[in-house]
Amino acid sequence: MAWLKKLVGAVIVLGGAGAVAGWVLSAPVRLDAATVAQLGPGDAAKGKRIFYAGGCTSCHSKPGAEGDARLELVGGLELKTPFGTFVPPNISQDQKDGIGAWSEEDFANAMLRGVSPSGQHFYPAFPYASYARMKPADIADLYAFLKTLPAVAGKAPDHKLSFPFNIRRGIGLWKLLYLSPEPVIALPTGTPDNVIAGRYLVEGPGHCGECHTPRDFAGGVKKAEWLAGAVAAEGSGVVPNITPDGKTIKSWSDADIANYLETGFTPEFDSVGGAMVEVQKNMAQLTADDRAAIAAYLKAVPPHPNGYPARKPAN
Amino acid sequence: MRKLVIAISMLAFAGTAAYADPIKDRQDLMKERGKLAGQISDMVKGKTPFDGAAALDALKAMQANAEKFDVDTLFPAGSDQGKTTAAPKIWEDMAGFKATEDKFLADTKAAVAAAPADADALKAQLNTLGGDCGTCHQTYRIKKS
Repeated sequence: MAWLKKLVGAVIVLGGAGAVAGWVLSAPVRLDAATVAQLGPGDAAKGKRIFYAGGCTSCHSKPGAEGDARLELVGGLELKTPFGTFVPPNISQDQKDGIGAWSEEDFANAMLRGVSPSGQHFYPAFPYASYARMKPADIADLYAFLKTLPAVAGKAPDHKLSFPFNIRRGIGLWKLLYLSPEPVIALPTGTPDNVIAGRYLVEGPGHCGECHTPRDFAGGVKKAEWLAGAVAAEGSGVVPNITPDGKTIKSWSDADIANYLETGFTPEFDSVGGAMVEVQKNMAQLTADDRAAIAAYLKAVPPHPNGYPARKPAN
Repeated sequence: MRKLVIAISMLAFAGTAAYADPIKDRQDLMKERGKLAGQISDMVKGKTPFDGAAALDALKAMQANAEKFDVDTLFPAGSDQGKTTAAPKIWEDMAGFKATEDKFLADTKAAVAAAPADADALKAQLNTLGGDCGTCHQTYRIKKS
């Protein structure tokens, strides 16, 4: 029986080591001092552009808010996904219920590392996997702009998630796989500046890939099918393929794409719909150059077939 | 006599089935809206010169279209199936759906009443009407592959 004891002992030791390794590997990692040093004092006027590029208000304003009420970032929208229901929190300047008490460094850790001031992981429904590609200076500008917005009291309800997704610590392992500040699409030297500018807007603050790219079993975006379209995380529809092989981007000119982002009209004068309505309202706030850059990048990404199954034939 | 009644009712039924195609009807009305928005947009963008009378005609046509858009007839129960991108939400929240359509009708009437004097005035009207398109499509339409 000695061998059995040994085996049991070995299993316990290995299992224990695995648990320790998992615990260590899943620990929240804050920004290093060098990155924090790059933040600098933010410029609120520049931060406004980042605010709209990032689409903060689409998730963090009260559902159905219009006009100036979209600047009251009180949270409370419900995102119903296969992992459970996520509720974006209050990120207004309220000291207690919002993020009014956060330092610039706290904010940068949330945006670039997905770590809260108390050292917890945020769920990646908050698209920091995209925001991680942002420039520290833009984070500082955004922080300064958010400071100019109203403080609104009221806590949003907690997320309602099922096991095992309700274990926040597990997100640490997810981050090891999917969190990186590197661009998704490597562009060759000599790539025009506006394509590079578009890459930054789309892959970073714009976080377009979060909805337009299919995800794997662990909920990470499949970079090999970047922007190929996906089954919508919420509801029963699909999110279109926006690579040059997608039927829209293929037939639209750069100007058509930019016009769609500005006005919400397709070249056939169909209108924007679904979750893109909120996105388009934000894109309309950017400059014409920014919209043109996004269009140029979308024309330059590798083409992919649709990242969602074909429609079942109608009866 | 009984046979005749049955035959007539069968014919009538077949007739309704052949003619009533609410999905096509509503899609045709939507396409017409798109075409009109396109004409207006061309003037706003200066692709075609601003022509007050033509702009007003387009807005009037938009209003006539909205008046024809009878939700009860065009969205009967069961017409969420088939070649349609109508979201199930329409039938879950019929009152909300009708309210967005009513707002569009009211906005077309307001636009016709305030005949646009120049491209800028027309642009503001197109923004309002286009916003209505988006508000409704945000909730009541789903993209399918």
